[in-house]
Amino acid sequence: MSEEFKVEIVNPEKSFLVKDDVSEVVVPAFEGEMGILKDHISIISFLKPGIIKIVSKSGDENYYVEDGIVEFKNNNLSILTSTIFNLADMDKSKQQDLLKQAEEEANKTDINDQSKYLADQKVEVLRSIN
Amino acid sequence: MASLDDLKKRITSVKSTQKITKAMKMVAAAKLRKAQESAERGRPYSKKMNNVILNLSNGISDKENAPRLLSGTGQEKTHLCVVMTSDRGLCGGFNSNIIKKAKSYFSKILDEGKELKIITVGSKGNDQLKRVYGDKIIENISFKESKNANYFDADKVGKMVIEKFEASEFDVCTIFYNQFKNVITQIPQAQQIIPLNNEGEESSSEESYEFEPDEDEILSNLLPKNISTQIFKAMLENSASEQGSRMSAMDNATRNAGEMVDKLTIEYNRSRQAAITKELIEIISGAESL
Repeated sequence: MSEEFKVEIVNPEKSFLVKDDVSEVVVPAFEGEMGILKDHISIISFLKPGIIKIVSKSGDENYYVEDGIVEFKNNNLSILTSTIFNLADMDKSKQQDLLKQAEEEANKTDINDQSKYLADQKVEVLRSIN
Repeated sequence: MASLDDLKKRITSVKSTQKITKAMKMVAAAKLRKAQESAERGRPYSKKMNNVILNLSNGISDKENAPRLLSGTGQEKTHLCVVMTSDRGLCGGFNSNIIKKAKSYFSKILDEGKELKIITVGSKGNDQLKRVYGDKIIENISFKESKNANYFDADKVGKMVIEKFEASEFDVCTIFYNQFKNVITQIPQAQQIIPLNNEGEESSSEESYEFEPDEDEILSNLLPKNISTQIFKAMLENSASEQGSRMSAMDNATRNAGEMVDKLTIEYNRSRQAAITKELIEIISGAESL
């Protein structure tokens, strides 16, 4: 039996990515990174800023996300996100832009703890890409 | 009867109007394709989002303590209506259809003695509504600068709606927009987004989910996003409908102008002929009398 399942990433504008031959996906779930393999129990969780790693036969792919929801059911993984970038397509300047934005957000004083935490996460992840 | 000169002028003016409507039709057709594509591409997201929420709300054991965005405030005294229209005119019945739908809903609410608040998105809706419901409009948003409907704009509207909800400014929120079916058919829609109305929709499965973190926390994160998503969906549908509606309106206008030119040309030719005949008769009878 194959150990592959289907993953679908959708953002509001379009269906971002559909892949049938995925063997493992690592998502930055809110309470820590979560690896999903075939026949995982049905789960709904949401994402914090981080890197989605998709492992398939054709090689690994890495995506940067800022938020989103994951739903896994019947070997179908759906990831809904509003901001997603393929790391392979992301160049330095784009990354710097995002980093600058995130830093500004993190340095704001009038935000609540949760958004502060999320902004800090963004900064950390973006720095680690370098 | 109009003189030859007048007729000629009218023919030229109708012809130039026809040129404009023809150009507008072609522009609308080009834009329509793009808008339709993005409307169709946007559908999976809002559908998936709805599905997840449906599954979540079924999983909630304690319905009493569900987030207020889902269950509502428990009363329906103040209604907020978000009326989404276009920023440009000349698109047939597009705006009036939404307004008509919205107005009948407004009068129903007012008849029931409930309070009404309106947010208009798009300047055309504001223009049409402010005459009658001017004092009810609390906010008017327009995205004239944005070329295409984008999520960022929708998020702005969504955040505003949520802010007002948290401030207990209203109990029920409904959005009005045109759903794009095809080029000639757009269906005006009234969709209730707060509290979420899932009646008549069956959950896709009875399967139980594992939640991480727990349901409540996910829901309270998800629901505000869903509001923006629904508004974004409405914006996409609206922009496709607007272009479709404009295209068919301009197509009609072009055809009507063509008919008018034909009619005027016939009239012009007839009167020219009549003038020639009259002149000939005058000459002949003048020669005969000599």
